[in-house]
Amino acid sequence: MASVGASREPAGTSKHPPAHGDLEDIELSLLLEGVFRQYGFDFREYAPASLRRRVWRRVFAEGLQTISALQDKLLHDPACMERLLLDLSINVTAMFRDPAFYLAFREKVVPILRTYPFTRIWVAGCSTGEEVYSLAILLEEEQVYDRARIYATDINESVLDRARSGVFPLDKMREYTQNYIKGGGTRAFSEYYLAKYDGAQFQRSLIENVVFAQHNLVSDHSFNEFNVIICRNVMIYFDRTLQERVHRLFFDSLVTFGVLGLGHKESIRFSPHEAGYEELDPSEKLYRKVG
Amino acid sequence: MYDLVCIGASWGGLKAIGQVLADLPAELDLPIAIAQHRHPDSPEGTLAQLLQAQTNRPVLDVEDKMAIEPRHVYIAPPNYHLLVERGSFALSVDERIQFARPSIDVLFETAAHAYGSGVIGIILTGANDDGAHGLARIKRVGGVAVIQDPLGAARRTMPDAAIAATVADAILPLDAIGKFIYGLWVQPATVREVTKA
Ligand SMILES: C[S@@+](CC[C@H](N)C(=O)[O-])C[C@H]1O[C@@H](n2cnc3c(N)ncnc32)[C@H](O)[C@@H]1O
Repeated sequence: MASVGASREPAGTSKHPPAHGDLEDIELSLLLEGVFRQYGFDFREYAPASLRRRVWRRVFAEGLQTISALQDKLLHDPACMERLLLDLSINVTAMFRDPAFYLAFREKVVPILRTYPFTRIWVAGCSTGEEVYSLAILLEEEQVYDRARIYATDINESVLDRARSGVFPLDKMREYTQNYIKGGGTRAFSEYYLAKYDGAQFQRSLIENVVFAQHNLVSDHSFNEFNVIICRNVMIYFDRTLQERVHRLFFDSLVTFGVLGLGHKESIRFSPHEAGYEELDPSEKLYRKVG
Repeated sequence: MYDLVCIGASWGGLKAIGQVLADLPAELDLPIAIAQHRHPDSPEGTLAQLLQAQTNRPVLDVEDKMAIEPRHVYIAPPNYHLLVERGSFALSVDERIQFARPSIDVLFETAAHAYGSGVIGIILTGANDDGAHGLARIKRVGGVAVIQDPLGAARRTMPDAAIAATVADAILPLDAIGKFIYGLWVQPATVREVTKA
């Protein structure tokens, strides 16, 4: 392929040609448009750098050379689309991930929850459920679980099935036990699960008040009013426009004085409603809606 | 001419990165992004604090979608991959890549895509081969590849792997890297042919 000269550079983007970047960006956006129109999966506003890496991985795995070739293949072959979907779904999660977050939740959010007769909590992008079980354990220990209902949602049905099963890998229990203790846990973590041959089966009672449901943050609307919304390490995969839209969805779904919890490295600055929140614990990314 | 300096380091990296930063003259206004392997439980922020002691530039742990600004030093936070978009950073919690998160390859490859020949990549000491692919990618899109001389490195595996993966523009002892970068900034290498692999 010929070298990309400065003359091809669209006006006002940069002082030098971004190498082969231009054409690849065109191919990627055409592929995403095709995927959306043919299959309805909308990745058009996901953060491109991460998406591009994943798409290239699929290009090579299919024995192809270009993103355009992958587009051609997957538009005519639903099985290929399925494989790309698997590549694009990043479900990495852990119990009591970032223990300091759970500690701050115990200390700063639970007292607020005690003032309500009943609380509704939305865990958006809950993946395989580790976060939900962690939260349930915390609420149980703080004696507010009985008057709480957790709505745990994800775009991906198959991770929700795994979340419902409550079985997590046994070899993770050491790490999770340490996290649990650092997160302010007060019991023996092993009380919460039974070690079985295929994994650690967590107590069913932990999800008595949990509703798992499919929900797409890109296209679905709010489905309730919440006292707490937790959405961690989901919006980092979105571009800023989509982040803004999802922030608006969360703001509109929170009651006044409701609490929003984000991932450790996520910023509320991109919320169009930044001014509508006050900081509850800025380093743990816990905010309270005031406006 | 240049847009971004990317540094990758592992074992022994703190000291090495500290020296490179300390050697950069104050007027050099390029942003610098760093992926240094750390233990997953490394306390938050400490790397930034330690490096801040070596330089007057603002040193920051990256937050998602943070804008890339001149003169700033950006650190990949522990347990996240650091990715470069045009004008800003992105983070991901994707699986570790060859045991590493942050992965140096991810930083370098995304920087190469976003800024092409405007990237200067630097591989320092380390006991694995992360970064070798990424540096080769930077080189392929016309950027500059700099590698610490394996002879003086605390661990030479990473520089050796980078040398094997690409044709470096410079293989230098640690205390010459800062000066070399400054020299490039003052007088950019002549416009490079942009080639595709
Ligand atoms: C990296 S996991 C984060 C899991 C968990 N919240 C945590 O922090 O450990 C990201 C999750 O977001 C989900 N997700 C991605 N896009 C989504 C969308 N548009 N709507 C809802 N969930 C989405 C993915 O399916 C995945 O399970």
